[in-house]
Amino acid sequence: MFWELIAANRRKSFLLFVGMAVLLVSLGYFIGEATMGEGGGNIGIIVAVGVWVIMSAASVFGGPDLVLRMARARPITSDVHPQLFNIVEEMKIAAGLPALPKVYVIDERAPNAFATGLRPEDSCIAVTAGLLTKLNRDELQGVIAHETSHIMNRDVQFLTLASIMLGSIVLIAEVFLRGMWYSGGSSKRWRSSKKGEGGGGAVLMVAAIVLAILAPVFARLLYFSISRKREYLADACAVRLTRYPEGLASALEKIAASPLQLEAANKVNAPMFIVAPLGGPRASGWGATHPPIQERIAVLRGMSEGAGFLSYQHALAKVRRKPSMILPASAIKKDERVAVREAHPDVAREQTEKDKTRDVMDLMRAVNGFAFLLCACGLKIKVPPEFAEPQIACPRCGRTNEIPKAQVTEFAEVAAAVGAIVGATGAKSAGGEIPFAQPAVGGVVGADAPFEYHRRTRGEWESFSCGCGHLMQLSPIFSASEMRCSKCGRITRVN
Amino acid sequence: MAGWIFLGIVVLAVVFFVGAYNSLVGLRNRVKNAWSQIDVQLKRRHDLIPNLVETAKGYMTHERETLAAVTEARSRAMGAGTVAEKGAAESQLTQALSRFLVSVEAYPDLKANQNFLALQEELTSTENKIAFARQSYTDAVNFDNNKIEMFPSNVVAGMFNFRPETFFEIEEPAQREAPKVSFQR
Repeated sequence: MFWELIAANRRKSFLLFVGMAVLLVSLGYFIGEATMGEGGGNIGIIVAVGVWVIMSAASVFGGPDLVLRMARARPITSDVHPQLFNIVEEMKIAAGLPALPKVYVIDERAPNAFATGLRPEDSCIAVTAGLLTKLNRDELQGVIAHETSHIMNRDVQFLTLASIMLGSIVLIAEVFLRGMWYSGGSSKRWRSSKKGEGGGGAVLMVAAIVLAILAPVFARLLYFSISRKREYLADACAVRLTRYPEGLASALEKIAASPLQLEAANKVNAPMFIVAPLGGPRASGWGATHPPIQERIAVLRGMSEGAGFLSYQHALAKVRRKPSMILPASAIKKDERVAVREAHPDVAREQTEKDKTRDVMDLMRAVNGFAFLLCACGLKIKVPPEFAEPQIACPRCGRTNEIPKAQVTEFAEVAAAVGAIVGATGAKSAGGEIPFAQPAVGGVVGADAPFEYHRRTRGEWESFSCGCGHLMQLSPIFSASEMRCSKCGRITRVN
Repeated sequence: MAGWIFLGIVVLAVVFFVGAYNSLVGLRNRVKNAWSQIDVQLKRRHDLIPNLVETAKGYMTHERETLAAVTEARSRAMGAGTVAEKGAAESQLTQALSRFLVSVEAYPDLKANQNFLALQEELTSTENKIAFARQSYTDAVNFDNNKIEMFPSNVVAGMFNFRPETFFEIEEPAQREAPKVSFQR
């Protein structure tokens, strides 16, 4: 089923790659011939290929790491978000990937996702925290299926290689044209040909200029049209994998409806996201990396013959009002009927978006090295990585909770190292400042030791929990140094 | 000259034989691999059920029969041997589980239980994985059986005793036919 598709994609990628390579080499040849005279073409080719090799090396060695770091994505483990991992594993099985893609989370509220990695064996999928809060299971599955399809179809590989090629062509053409502009077209060859050594030089020059103007345009056209096609293809594959078009459709709708701008996106990684993260004039038309999102949603919603490729093809033709061949004919079976499945009974249906947001914020804390302790009173204590004490008192009930050793030793070492540095320079130690309500003096707190609360700001409302669990409010004009709980009478120091 | 032609034919025949044999072995391994993918997930489902039943027991006081049916279907599925037997037993288990999950709707306290939610997510995911693994198993078996039955590779298959593989059938209660909607008038 998918084998034919993958094979056809590889063929097309290869052809396109060769086409762009021919463009690059001929550009190099003509520029070389035109500027350096007889035999300069070979030098031009060497320069062009050299530029390409350097750019490829940079992107292959930087690789996925570079892309992930640029997007500020952080790796997570399965205990942090079991559902996300489950879905990724489901899609890995469905698509028959050789290995489980690594899962990354981007700490941003704008919903989006992307896949990277040159080979399916070491691919990565990154989603934003906002995506996790906004989508339900079926929608998340749709998004992950889309990304998995990119990995399965080798789209990342293709996009990376093609963008390197495109970059090389643009660079060489640009340098040549600017050179022409500043030297006023008075290169050696140009003058010598004027003296009457033959018209061949002038013809070559004109050819080089025309090629330098047209080659980047052609390369761009090719690149963007293929990129858009691959997006449609990934949508079709995602539906084929999940057998549930509505999941991806409503996910796209939710992502498109979000007004938040993704800060991690830039021109380089923009084509990789499931929905084009950068708005502006490039959002539609021939220079766009993604098809218009409303069109994608309309196609998904218009799939009236099940979840197969043929159904997608027909829906696409109907929406675009012209027959379009997104899928290679070899991958479509005429009699294929893939039934649409039912929606999942949503496990987290009762969960409000507020609850979900809280969960995802906890997830980001876990990613950032916070430790979680479940106190006997039911409160989840979130211990920041800077916290160096071996125990912590529960802010609600005052019970002393042990902090897992790994957390303490790891950060105690860091704290000790920092202390040593601070001590050596003679600066005054910060004294273990902790950025949240900390009712502890020296770590161990008895039930009747005074509580302490550090105000975060002045002149604003703040609230904290007394040891008995009673909520205490501080007004903007509160200026005393302690506060008595109206329920249990215990005093909490405020500073 | 004739000797050379004869030699050429022999070489070609050997190349064909080796190629066909190797591709048959490769396909059989692919089927085996696809099956082990399903098997892992079936085992995972069997492991999840006792915990699920245990968690639900305290809440679902009026559903003894539903719970008993799930437990029984599980032990029968664990005892099944061949692929066909497993298919039948697992469909029964799937049905018992879906009845169970429907009856859960009547117990809001159970649905709010964190432990139960986690188990339900695991179960949903495991069922999805079974469905997806079954898809690739079916593809692999199809490909393999075609190769075994079609000429000329069937000659090699007959000589080395390659048998067609059995499909793994599970009746999915949630599966439905795609609605046939026509927009033409």
